[in-house]
Amino acid sequence: MSFGLTRIQLEEGAATREAFGETLADLGSDERIVVVDGDVNNSTFTNHFMERYPDRFFNAGIAESNMVGIAAGLAACGKIPVAASFSTFIMSNAFDQIRMSVAFPNQNVKLVGTHAGISIGEDGPSQMAIEDVALACSLPGFAVLVPADGPSAAAATRAMIEHEGPVFMRCGRPKVPVVYPDGVDFHIGKANTLRDGDDVAIIANGIMVAMALDAAEGLATEGVQARVIDMHTVKPIDIEIIERAANETGGIVVAEEHLAYGGLGATVAMVVAERKPTRLAFVNIGDTYATSGKPDEILEHYGLTPEAITDAARRVLKD
Amino acid sequence: MPSARSEDRTELEAIAKRLRNHIVTATTKAGSGHPSTSLSMVEIITTLYFGGVLRYDPKSPHDPDRDRFILSKGHGAPGLYAVLAEAGYFPVGDLITLREMGSPLEGHPNMCRLPGVEASTGSLGQGYSIGIGHALAGKLDGRDYRVYVMIGDGESEQGQVWEAAMYAGNHGLDNLTLIIDRNGNQQTGRVDDIQPLDPLEDKLRSFGLAVKTIDGHSLDEVAGAFEWARSTTGTAQAVVANTIKGKGVSLLEAGQDKWHGKPIPPDEEAKALQEIGASL
Repeated sequence: MSFGLTRIQLEEGAATREAFGETLADLGSDERIVVVDGDVNNSTFTNHFMERYPDRFFNAGIAESNMVGIAAGLAACGKIPVAASFSTFIMSNAFDQIRMSVAFPNQNVKLVGTHAGISIGEDGPSQMAIEDVALACSLPGFAVLVPADGPSAAAATRAMIEHEGPVFMRCGRPKVPVVYPDGVDFHIGKANTLRDGDDVAIIANGIMVAMALDAAEGLATEGVQARVIDMHTVKPIDIEIIERAANETGGIVVAEEHLAYGGLGATVAMVVAERKPTRLAFVNIGDTYATSGKPDEILEHYGLTPEAITDAARRVLKD
Repeated sequence: MPSARSEDRTELEAIAKRLRNHIVTATTKAGSGHPSTSLSMVEIITTLYFGGVLRYDPKSPHDPDRDRFILSKGHGAPGLYAVLAEAGYFPVGDLITLREMGSPLEGHPNMCRLPGVEASTGSLGQGYSIGIGHALAGKLDGRDYRVYVMIGDGESEQGQVWEAAMYAGNHGLDNLTLIIDRNGNQQTGRVDDIQPLDPLEDKLRSFGLAVKTIDGHSLDEVAGAFEWARSTTGTAQAVVANTIKGKGVSLLEAGQDKWHGKPIPPDEEAKALQEIGASL
């Protein structure tokens, strides 16, 4: 996959789901960690944990509601359960179980949804979680993580396990460009600034971070300096970094591989509206389901490209 | 180590009457709630907490070795609260605060606010899966505690119950006992008219559970069923308890399909309490 990157060279690294699975297995010496998987362990890569710690791995079968309930019961007994499946199946199929058995009683359950977004490609819209971030953010007490690349997904996995309380982490299917080649300082709720600039700010997460860096490179050739922020935590959102961006730049572009309603864009807009109104533009899937196709083709068709981010930055600056 | 309380037959009968009394007075004072749903499970929960079944210590409600009772049919909260109060988790006098603003005795059980509540329930179908999590954790940690989950027969219409039954049955969770409070009624009518469950026992057996059917109002049969469950090895168990919705109050028993989620009116309360005949 190219992700439409033409202006910057980024090494292709692991898929975020791979980095999650490998890191989870590395953390497995902590006997509190147990894994419940919806019979997709060779897709979520919890199979690494399964192979090393078979006694603490439970295949719940294709039954996400029961899977989440089991995780809640394990958490009530002091375990740190990681429940993993395709993001749309865990978040949409089991949403009431997440609400009632995990969020409401504030259980220490870690939900990991892989194959999120439209970049899964050929399998098509039934497998594409494009509303999962909105659903997770709607749950009181949840932390919601959307890592951008392998190194940050590995770091997010460690942070998720250390965090007390329920977490949703969103991972993708394809191998992704490495935006943190020199290591990552990852703290839940603290966004990372990957590029400095005072003309416009681009706030992105997931695969859109690499595209934001590419867009910023292009804008620089036009004399526009764009600040690029990796908002890997959608909830709790980093209010201060958004307020600074609103104060110090001419406007903010928010880019995410998600529907328009209820995701990162809506969350940033709430902060901006309350703290420091400024011009905003949004790059996302809009209000539609996608289709089957090659991942790059789909991303381009639905406007998730560096060019779309560049155009949005120009719109912000024009006003 | 938590231990079981074993009261004699006379005392068990007296406790059952007190639970019924608490259920009626609390819901009538609240002006809402589910007394009929709570009354059908009284002999079962009396036996669990006072008939030598559950090992628990109200002073240490999170003891990792305690036995667990999960009320999946969360609208039976007035019954659960009554037995927890009698067991010593909180004062019996607090029962009258049911459903009041500020009281931890919420309309449906909230595990974060009330000691002794093992799971927050009320959205039906979820408790059995939570019970599996407790049962798996017990096996992992080498603890010998047992887990009891009560669901309703109307609740059995939820698909998650059968996902859980499949898992429990296939994985030999012999430390997990499902109790089905089969009072035959749900919100708008009889289960048999809305979504018949029969042959319920055959369904449960075909999911891999060991099954026993009892009269859920016979203290002897209930005690026998829990004895059977404890002595069953290698298989998760299900106890189908045939019960009467509103048991013990003639007004409710006479219209079992009409009193779901309705408290006894204040002007009928004295008669109901007289029928129950509790000595408080």
